[in-house]
Amino acid sequence: MIGKSLWIVFLAALFIYFVLPLIMTVIFSLSRGQAGFGPDAYVALLSRRDLLAPLWMSAQLALATVACILLFMVPAVIAVHLFAPRLRMLLELAAILPFVIPGIALVAGLSVLITGPGWLIGSPFFLTLPYFFLALPYAYRAIDIAISNLDLTQLRLAAASLGAGVGRTILWVVMPNLWPALVNAALMTFTVVLGEFTVANILLFQTFPVSINLVAKSEPAEAAALTIVSFLLTWVALLIVLLVGRNSRKTFDTGRSGASS
Amino acid sequence: MTMAFESINYTYPGSGTGVHDLSMAIGPGELVALIGASGSGKTTALKLLAGFTQPQSGLIRIGDKDVTGVTAEERRLGVVFQNYALFPHLCAWENVAFPLRVRGVPHAIRRAQAIQMLERVGMGARIGSMPHMLSGGQQQRVALARALVFDPKGLLLDEPLSALDASLRVEMRDEILRVQRQSGIATLLVTHDQEEALSIADRVAVMREGRIVQIGTPRVLYDTPVDAYVAGFVGQSNLWPGTVEREGLVGTPVGPIACVTGTRIRGDAVIVFVRPEWIEPLARPPRAEVAGEIAGETLSDRFLGPIRRIDLAVGTGMVRLETHLRTPVSAVRIPPERVRLLPPLE
Repeated sequence: MIGKSLWIVFLAALFIYFVLPLIMTVIFSLSRGQAGFGPDAYVALLSRRDLLAPLWMSAQLALATVACILLFMVPAVIAVHLFAPRLRMLLELAAILPFVIPGIALVAGLSVLITGPGWLIGSPFFLTLPYFFLALPYAYRAIDIAISNLDLTQLRLAAASLGAGVGRTILWVVMPNLWPALVNAALMTFTVVLGEFTVANILLFQTFPVSINLVAKSEPAEAAALTIVSFLLTWVALLIVLLVGRNSRKTFDTGRSGASS
Repeated sequence: MTMAFESINYTYPGSGTGVHDLSMAIGPGELVALIGASGSGKTTALKLLAGFTQPQSGLIRIGDKDVTGVTAEERRLGVVFQNYALFPHLCAWENVAFPLRVRGVPHAIRRAQAIQMLERVGMGARIGSMPHMLSGGQQQRVALARALVFDPKGLLLDEPLSALDASLRVEMRDEILRVQRQSGIATLLVTHDQEEALSIADRVAVMREGRIVQIGTPRVLYDTPVDAYVAGFVGQSNLWPGTVEREGLVGTPVGPIACVTGTRIRGDAVIVFVRPEWIEPLARPPRAEVAGEIAGETLSDRFLGPIRRIDLAVGTGMVRLETHLRTPVSAVRIPPERVRLLPPLE
């Protein structure tokens, strides 16, 4: 009985916190004021070419950050687990820092630390640096938990005894087992970057969330519509990544990928 | 092919544990078991042979080649791990085919060879099963097939049965022995289970503090242990500290024990060693004129299926005996010819 009541409270809280704001945003985006409801704000969005560039910019930044996470974070976590488990504490600490350092302090620190070259700090892709830092906790957790559950040391020894060197062990044993965690890390990173406002706004880069904020000042209904559209786009992106991930893991030893060499 | 340690030394950084001056050879087709308490160095010895750890001094040979310093992937030794270490993303045949894939064997051939090996270990019906769908025993069979499929020069078994339940352990023990005999491959088995070691090994090596205390056939180790540590580690034992009173008699907490004292003289400290099943139970009071007959009071009498294990309080000590007789026991006879004298503990 208590369990059932708790569930009801939990679902009610979930509804109030997550679903209700979405519903209200949808209603607001469809509202014509005294004239009832209609898709005017969504139609208006289609004619706003000025939003496409920020959207494309945010998507590129998200992909660039995901690439950085996969390129640097994954090998680092694997290496620490395999060869230097004592350094894990250091990674744990680094993964907590984004939670305790406010966005504005992060930007201030970066501005002092990195003053050039101009092509780097003047480019929107400079944001990849703070975004990598902001996405670190989510990506690290996903990858670290997966590796911890894997008993990597034992699998490495098993692979070595069967003739596989470190490279093949990582490619043929570690990575396939990390695939769900990598998808998770990528999704988390993508979502964090797509929704990041503070850093981009302070550094005066026109990303998608910054644009939504600007639109909201003059066209609140369009801003609400934009929020809903970006929300749906994010979900579609996540769904695509999930589907791609699922199809890629169907078989491993097919012998058709050149893996037999 | 022979696998051999020659004066191997390895000490873990920051501790004195490891292996010290380890020398031992495992002949072609031979199964040698390494047993010992936790921290005795048996797993370290296996890691050194496998190439997972490199020795600080000494040589490791496989066949007539010195492989010291050669990496694990180049040693070509099959290893079966305690927790199987199957790759969770690969099905049974893919796991078994992995070492063939590493060696560039074409897909169709490696699949056929993997299936053939799985059939050999009784897993022909589960070739497509993922590791999480298999029981512990089945996973161990797959691990064994994977360790043998690439025709390794030797087989290393690291506590392969310790994660299995008792009945399955016996079944798998026989299975490992059967496959090992079929393969005719030099095998090192590391285990803390002395029964497992005695039942399948050609020779058993007992390790203590990184050194081999005794190596020999299970029968030799059981009947003639070199010291009280080996006697206590291999099977059940009565071990009483004693002093030679005169030729043929040793004083112990359970009274004077008649035995062959050999070159020992009066006052020499010894450990008196008798296996519980060597002691004869008596349903009558002991006769004073018969050497080795002593009376005792039953402390415990446990039924263990085919045998009973009885602990008798005698003097200030205890005598343990094992018998298949169902009659009450009020005294025992310790046959002097079965009593062994071991050096006292340092």
